[in-house]
Amino acid sequence: MANEVLRSAVPQTATLEDVDDAPRIVVASQWQLMWWKFRKHRLAMVSLVIIVAMYIVAVGAGFFAPQAVDTYSRRYTQAPPMTIHWFDNGQFAPFVYGYDQETDPRTYARIYTIDEEKKIPLGFFVRGDEYQIGLHGIPISPINQLAFTLDIHFFGPLEQGDPFYIFGTDDIGRDGFSRLIYASQVSLSVGLVGVFLSLVLGIILGALSGLLGGIVDNIIQRTIEILRSIPDIPLWMALATAVPPRWDPIYVYFGITVILSLIGWTGMARVVRGKFLALREEDFIVAAELDGVSRRRIILRHMIPSFMSHIIASVTLAIPGMILAETALSFLGLGLRPPIVSWGVMLQDAMNIATINNMPWLLIPGAAVVITVLTFNYLGDGLRDAADPYHT
Amino acid sequence: MAKYILKRLFYVIPTMFIISIVVFVTIQLPPGDYVTQMIESMRNQTGGTTWSPEFEAAMRDRYGLNEPMPVQYSKWIGNIILHGDFGYSFQNSEPSQRIIWDRMGMTLVVSLSAFVFTWMIALPIGVLSAVKQYSLADYFFSFLGFIGLATPGFLIALVLMFLAFKYGNVSLSGLFSQEFENAPWSFERVLDLIKHLWIPMIIIGVAGTAGLIRIMRANLLDELHKPYVETARAKGLPEWKLLIKYPLRAAMNPFVSTIGWSLPALIAGEAIVSIVLNLPTTGPVLLNSLLQQDMFVAAGFLMLLSLLTIIGTLISDLLLAWLDPRIQYS
Repeated sequence: MANEVLRSAVPQTATLEDVDDAPRIVVASQWQLMWWKFRKHRLAMVSLVIIVAMYIVAVGAGFFAPQAVDTYSRRYTQAPPMTIHWFDNGQFAPFVYGYDQETDPRTYARIYTIDEEKKIPLGFFVRGDEYQIGLHGIPISPINQLAFTLDIHFFGPLEQGDPFYIFGTDDIGRDGFSRLIYASQVSLSVGLVGVFLSLVLGIILGALSGLLGGIVDNIIQRTIEILRSIPDIPLWMALATAVPPRWDPIYVYFGITVILSLIGWTGMARVVRGKFLALREEDFIVAAELDGVSRRRIILRHMIPSFMSHIIASVTLAIPGMILAETALSFLGLGLRPPIVSWGVMLQDAMNIATINNMPWLLIPGAAVVITVLTFNYLGDGLRDAADPYHT
Repeated sequence: MAKYILKRLFYVIPTMFIISIVVFVTIQLPPGDYVTQMIESMRNQTGGTTWSPEFEAAMRDRYGLNEPMPVQYSKWIGNIILHGDFGYSFQNSEPSQRIIWDRMGMTLVVSLSAFVFTWMIALPIGVLSAVKQYSLADYFFSFLGFIGLATPGFLIALVLMFLAFKYGNVSLSGLFSQEFENAPWSFERVLDLIKHLWIPMIIIGVAGTAGLIRIMRANLLDELHKPYVETARAKGLPEWKLLIKYPLRAAMNPFVSTIGWSLPALIAGEAIVSIVLNLPTTGPVLLNSLLQQDMFVAAGFLMLLSLLTIIGTLISDLLLAWLDPRIQYS
């Protein structure tokens, strides 16, 4: 069936492509065509690379972060970010300058000045805090039991324990950069888990709605409309207060994710329903029906594969919304709470103007959020364009 | 047309009914109630003294927290419909509606001005981006739009507050200067409000603007390549007149229908930005009432915020029906 669609699309695609490509296009599979089209979307390609890199860093957080997530230093509280100098006297030897500190006699705030005498040498694959390969922000004990302990870090000070804070430190002297990396484990996975849950709900309810029609469709559609007419952030805030503060962090994490997908599924269900309705009228579905193919087979074999690409695109576009929502809730103190670290939890420290004024670097997790959401949006846009490779 | 309007108006009632149930159940979800919350804070303050169980029960009785949920619900909704009574605010020891209406008015002012802002910015930029497709301006605004879409409002608020404090030594929080904060309404107070309003207006509006620009651009691009535009051009119609007279009108339709979803987004965005900027709107009070389980205040806010978005959708539907004669009212 898919071949038929393909063949009818060939002439119009071939005029656009190089003539030499024509034979390739005729035999290319749907997914190959999509990949070719996606590749042309430069920003989406760049975004894809960035996103993959971010997830690799998140999975290997222990290795990529110079410090452990809860390592703190009383000597270096509220320290400003350091700049890495890559060359020393024309030779590649990365280092940072150390800090001199004094206490403001009036406010007792620490004042840091760069001490050019103190050079802290840096290097790749250095020894530092011990970590386990596993999930860190969320303590899932069975996984952590399987994990093994390492102390090699991708980049950091050669001498273990030397100050190395490229994103500054917080109130109790924890390294912002390391925490940012550990927090990405939570922030980046909330989007995926949340979207997965809403996808399951959305596909089931959207399919029911689109296939059965009639009263079921009506009820589901009205439910969606009503859910969507309640402003999402206030509703999320209300639902998030239902998560008991004394719960285990892992339950809080899933509780918040479930809450986010409780509203998120509506968008997904709409896409799925629309696709089912449109496909029901397509020639190849009607042909399959007339051939006496069972309903289950039509859905699984013919309908779902033909809108899978659209689903992937909408899923990608739904992830940033989830990430933003988690960040907002955690920022307000309603979402995830310490000891879990997410970008939103980190931003909570930057809630009032006095703190931001003293430590503007506490806003850096916000930049991480923006970059993540931006790249997901570009990726989703590229996927959406590529999802329909027969469309010129 | 009249029938269509009536029908759409009628739909509001069942929708609000279901929303009220959703809201009430949501508010009841947190474990414990206001009395547990009160006892806990009492214990924290006095270091261990608790109330006698009899007193606790008496408190629950007094606030009607012992009754089954359907009974509580029907009392609550009945009072709202019959007397406009949104229940008692445990925390402030006064009727909720006093707090609610005060704050809702300001929310409406802020949200509506943000809405006007998004339209005033998005419409011309969208048109420009479409007419001058792939120009430098188009790329610039597209990029800016993407950034606006990707940046949470509260983050913009934080950054702006920081910059204003650091370089301008001004505080951006609040909607009034100190001397007008509790003053009665006067012409000067309105002027003062307008002076403060533009910051939250821009912050809240940014995300919506980005979305609207993209919609306007896409719609207008679809229209610009249609044969009727070519025909008009061939007839020698001046370019600007041609643009305004036909394609723009057609491209406006989907734009109008977005009011329905842009308004909930604005109101939701307002809730969180106002917490950061400490505006006298719903956000800060809603957050506080949720944390303190001051349930009637929270429920009242959620109800009215939902009502606001439903009215917004209704207006956009009616406007669309009026603008586009092709739409069938059946």
